[in-house]
Amino acid sequence: MAVLILADHDNENLNDQTAKSVTAAKAMGGDIHILCAGDGCNGVAQQAAKLDGVSKVLCASDPAYGHDLAEPLADLIVKLSGDYEHLVAGATTTGKNVMPRVAALLDSNMISDISAVESADTFERPIYAGNAMATVQSGDAKKVITVRGASFDATGDGGSAAVEEIDGAGNPGLSEWVEDKVVESERPELTSAKIVVSGGRGVGSKENFELIEKVADKLGAAIGASRAAVDSGYAPNDYQVGQTGKVVAPDLYVAVGISGAIQHLAGMKDSKVIVAINKDEEAPIFQVADYGLVADLFDAVPKLTDQV
Amino acid sequence: MKVLVPVKRVIDYNVKVRVKSDSTGVDLANVKMSMNPFDEIAVEQAIRLKEAGQVEEIVAVSIGVEKNQETLRTALAMGADRAILVKAVDNVENDVEPLAVAKILKAIVDEEKPELVLLGKQAIDNDANATGQMLSAMLGWSQATFASKLDIADGAATVTREVDGGLQVIKVQMPAIVTVDLRLNEPRYASLPNIMKAKKKPMETKTPEDYGVDASPRLTVVKVSEPPERKAGVLVGSVEELVEKLKTEAGVI
Ligand SMILES: Cc1cc2nc3c(=O)[nH]c(=O)nc-3n(C[C@H](O)[C@H](O)[C@H](O)COP(=O)(O)OP(=O)(O)OC[C@H]3O[C@@H](n4cnc5c(N)ncnc54)[C@H](O)[C@@H]3O)c2cc1C
Repeated sequence: MAVLILADHDNENLNDQTAKSVTAAKAMGGDIHILCAGDGCNGVAQQAAKLDGVSKVLCASDPAYGHDLAEPLADLIVKLSGDYEHLVAGATTTGKNVMPRVAALLDSNMISDISAVESADTFERPIYAGNAMATVQSGDAKKVITVRGASFDATGDGGSAAVEEIDGAGNPGLSEWVEDKVVESERPELTSAKIVVSGGRGVGSKENFELIEKVADKLGAAIGASRAAVDSGYAPNDYQVGQTGKVVAPDLYVAVGISGAIQHLAGMKDSKVIVAINKDEEAPIFQVADYGLVADLFDAVPKLTDQV
Repeated sequence: MKVLVPVKRVIDYNVKVRVKSDSTGVDLANVKMSMNPFDEIAVEQAIRLKEAGQVEEIVAVSIGVEKNQETLRTALAMGADRAILVKAVDNVENDVEPLAVAKILKAIVDEEKPELVLLGKQAIDNDANATGQMLSAMLGWSQATFASKLDIADGAATVTREVDGGLQVIKVQMPAIVTVDLRLNEPRYASLPNIMKAKKKPMETKTPEDYGVDASPRLTVVKVSEPPERKAGVLVGSVEELVEKLKTEAGVI
């Protein structure tokens, strides 16, 4: 049997979540195929073909797949599912949107956000905001899975899989794309950055968030935020780190003016080194920080920017 | 238009969960339980649509144990009109899987014929983020997940979705499934008079069998364990010391 991985991409670049899903798929066993569904995504298919361990890339280029709409994408995966025991995607907003739909159409339960593969049918996944780890065994013929990127290393290049152009599966026409509101940034992508600097409510305003931007840029870091900072409009929604935002595990995570609520810790506590800057020495973030600095961030962060 | 809002009873988000020493699950005996926070946002949105004159009736559904009644009463006190309790398990520690929940909801939708089902994007206990999408697939309806803005007009819903790259706006045909994200609204607290009134609102009790659904689990929980613990770190006295440690000790900058 084989594994089919839905590639995560923007029609130009393959997101490294896909390479991480390949690492997870290697532990499931069988051939690994990647599905690139998009609009003019042939270049992405070529990138996927280079991933180590991948034996075939299916490329479905069709306007129906241009914006990751769930209904046509799920129909396509279901149409292809006959040859596969595992249907896999990264636990990105696309994977989370599409894969449960696939699971329901195949009468399988969803196996969301796995953090380890024990065997072809047994997986570990965090529950309760990562405060418990469940090992679950699936009895379903087809296992539909999303993979937590922060828990797997990206597979390297070195493959040379064949790319096969395939037809789409039609478009039920239930949804249409209107627009994307995306802020282009030169900074590294939050979920794959080596360093992340995050700001919380303590930063105080959108203007003050510049302090975080400056130190992040000096470090070549991505920027994150707590829910409170996003809710208050200091930072855009795609910066949110946590149980219900992005899960990151960089080499260095710097939490500035963040108290360390369990929902925030859920998204960053697997970082290699955690630094916390907070003026309240009782803040729970210090319980997970490797290096804690009890200080006013308005004093400490500019100094940090100067010294790194 | 009628709206269906499924609500889950989960461990309160402020409670620190404890893994049971026999590794079979999480200890839910005598801990505070509340409505899943995302479901509160879904209920709130339904009420706002009703207040705006776009919705006539709000039906809340909860699937789980007998005590899920409490969660339904909360939904009724906030402003839902009636409730359906589906008693699917006897023990609160037996989570009903998203697939089974979606099948039960599908049967309820077939009976109730709502035009919109508003669900939380994920339950904070199993963190599965799946039920809405599954229900949508079973019904063959459109789906809009992770909504932070919702406008309904002319038989379609325009939804702003929170996605990894920022925001995506899509237009979905009604009937539709919408799963809600944190920033859609801020849910209201039920007032005391409304809590009293809610006690008189109708609540039906059903079982999965009433809907012809087999709710038995597909996944076997082999074990539940504690996550790896982080070792306590050190406090540094100054920015200088911090930078020094990051460079020499941790070697990360
Ligand atoms: C269903 C649900 C899902 C959630 N999901 C997430 C999620 O994904 N991500 C997330 O982050 N949260 C999430 N939350 C919210 C979470 O519970 C907390 O409310 C949030 O993380 C708090 O953000 P904060 O630490 O920035 O704010 P606060 O808790 O208000 O902390 C601010 C900190 O800043 C410090 N501070 C203030 N001024 C200064 C200063 N001048 N210098 C230094 N320090 C200062 C304070 O001492 C304090 O510790 C969720 C909550 C719910 C209910």
